[in-house]
Amino acid sequence: METTTKKDLKDFRLETRQWLEEHCPESMRTPLKDSADYYWGGSNPAFSSEDQKIWFEKNLEKKWIVPYWDTQYGGGGLSAEENNILTQEMTRIGARKPLFSFGISMLGPALHKFANEEQKMRFLPDITAGKTWWCQGYSEPNAGSDLAGLQTKAEDKGDHYSISGSKVWTSYADKSDWIFCLVRTDFDVPKHNGISFLLIDMKSEGVSTRPIKLISGKSPFCETFFDNVKVPKENLIGTLNDGWTIAKYLLTHERQMIGGVGETDVRKAVHDIAIENMPMQDGILKDGVLRAEIAELEMNDAIFEMTIQRITDEAKTGVNAGALSSFFKYYGTEQNVARMELLSAITGTDGLLWESENKDAVTEVRTFCRSKGNTIEGGTSEVQLGIISKRILNLPS
Amino acid sequence: MALILSEEQKLLKDSATEFLAINAPVEQFRDLRDNNYKAFDESLWTKIVEMGWTALTIPEEFDGLEFGYVGLGQILEEMGKNITKAPLFSSIVLGATALTHSKNQGLKKEWLPQLMEGTKRVTLALDEHTYFDPTAIATTAKSTANGYTLSGKKTMIIDGASADAFIVVANTEEGEAALFMVAADSKGITITTDVLLDAGTYATVTFDQVAVASVDRISGVGEGSALLNDILNTASICLSAEMLGMITEAFGQTVAYLKEREQFGKRIGTYQALQHRAAIMFSEIELCKSIVIQALQALDSNADDIDQLASLAKAKLGKTIKLVTNEAMQMHGGIGVTDDVNIGFYFKRARVLQRLFGDYNFHLDRYARLNNY
Repeated sequence: METTTKKDLKDFRLETRQWLEEHCPESMRTPLKDSADYYWGGSNPAFSSEDQKIWFEKNLEKKWIVPYWDTQYGGGGLSAEENNILTQEMTRIGARKPLFSFGISMLGPALHKFANEEQKMRFLPDITAGKTWWCQGYSEPNAGSDLAGLQTKAEDKGDHYSISGSKVWTSYADKSDWIFCLVRTDFDVPKHNGISFLLIDMKSEGVSTRPIKLISGKSPFCETFFDNVKVPKENLIGTLNDGWTIAKYLLTHERQMIGGVGETDVRKAVHDIAIENMPMQDGILKDGVLRAEIAELEMNDAIFEMTIQRITDEAKTGVNAGALSSFFKYYGTEQNVARMELLSAITGTDGLLWESENKDAVTEVRTFCRSKGNTIEGGTSEVQLGIISKRILNLPS
Repeated sequence: MALILSEEQKLLKDSATEFLAINAPVEQFRDLRDNNYKAFDESLWTKIVEMGWTALTIPEEFDGLEFGYVGLGQILEEMGKNITKAPLFSSIVLGATALTHSKNQGLKKEWLPQLMEGTKRVTLALDEHTYFDPTAIATTAKSTANGYTLSGKKTMIIDGASADAFIVVANTEEGEAALFMVAADSKGITITTDVLLDAGTYATVTFDQVAVASVDRISGVGEGSALLNDILNTASICLSAEMLGMITEAFGQTVAYLKEREQFGKRIGTYQALQHRAAIMFSEIELCKSIVIQALQALDSNADDIDQLASLAKAKLGKTIKLVTNEAMQMHGGIGVTDDVNIGFYFKRARVLQRLFGDYNFHLDRYARLNNY
């Protein structure tokens, strides 16, 4: 392995800065506001602006859609240090990610760890090229917190599996090309031991979807139904009946993502929004109670960020941080929900506007409603506390 | 900078763990308390000096180790675990810090080596009120021909009864806060003591026209508030390190108890009502660890945001130690409120450390003001 010297990294930073300066369009350096600002790729690419298209294609050309994956899979082959620098430089100018993809953030890590080489070559390059839009088939109507109780079955039909059942909370199932799915392949063993991890083409016969509307008024979520869907056996990832191992591994990535780990906070500070909206007295916010709530939230936000850094630093020295993803998920989402609740309070009756003939469309109230799902999706706060108490504190069950 | 300990810092921490387990376990605290609230064990102090802990933050210029506050913080954390009583906080965190930040070379040369060798001890005389307010100083320093006369009354002085000198905060005739080194045996000084909830002895000192030579003024003209701010930040961060030790120890004992105590035919740690509360404490403690090491590192690197970090630390640790010691009492059940077990020591000392140098509300307010709201 090549060793990168400090000078190399310095050069890399300069080159990266120049490249970003040259290729990242101005409009791609503004904060993400609504769903049109996210580009998800897929077989029917839908760019919401010319700049979005340019930015995606420039990154594709540079192999920086997934800069840290190996080049044989279409990644950029950057070292961890280089990738860090790229992230820092993108954050510095507020550059958006060129592609949002569960293929990158969730399925990819699982394929890297559990798939055979043939499967990796079959699926990873289409992720890095943004050609496949992946969705996740985990939860079911009767398997939410008790995910391992899932009932969607995959029957062995010799040369293929036949899938029947339904999934719920599948984000963008109506737009996705493929789904990575947990299915039951053995009903006669303890529930964790009869689950397998399958990849299913959404165009297969017998697959259908139905959107779910949330209290926020809209949502990317769907229900997905499987009616005797034929799936080739080579789409099984890892060992038959050992899908729970993959599921757990993947969930740690999902939890960190929902908990906001690794995302730099580009949001406006809560106290700045308060200063803009609320009366001040003698240089401090007049509402002393709300002021204290804001300070507490911001203090915990600041220390939570330090904690992500500390645990990352410790992990580099070989300390096992596995079950800590539950802590990240629990704390990060509780903070976010508290933040939304506070922002709603700060904006007074404006913060209640659903649709208005008097003011610019206010999206905050919908974001506030949406945030209530944060402490539920990816395992409820209570599930995370249970994992912490059992797997970290080793409390008896 | 990575938020982890260096190899040297780890070694120091390990040596402190080992040393304190032998020389100052929590039983020693019980003995001192039962021995008429004795402040500390003199032979332990001698050993602490031999260990080099008093030299960790003293600059090399004065023959100190200049090892830094991250190192001293590890010692304080370990002392917190054992509720070890020793004048390390008063004489080194408060006293030596005041001197190292001062520009008075004469005083530094005179005092720092003695503080480091443990032959002399000093402490800070700041508080005058029931509620912490470092700006509300009524003690005065009137100019005289060759110095000042100090008059006023100071309270809550840590290790004040056994200190050789006080670092007194007083207002000059120019209307600025200034710091003075005042020998404890000076004429005009009266010392009385109070024992607090934590079995610690805190002094109240009356200064009645006490003469102080001009060479014993620690802060130069216009430097008093900044120097006091440095001392208070350092005190808040170091107390946070001590609280972290108390928190992790009280939490560890509580989790152990959940695993062993049986009721209704089951170990109580199987009950979800207790499991979730334990997991919430775990999460808050993870945050505490991060802010403590971040703030200690900031002391060593003279970081720009030290005011914010000091308030973050003191507020977060103050709030969490309240949570954890309350839960520790509750989860220990009846045995927890008896004096037979040690868990109550943590509960009681927590209340004192929470309030010294500003409680949660004080630092929350300070943090908000620093961020202009």
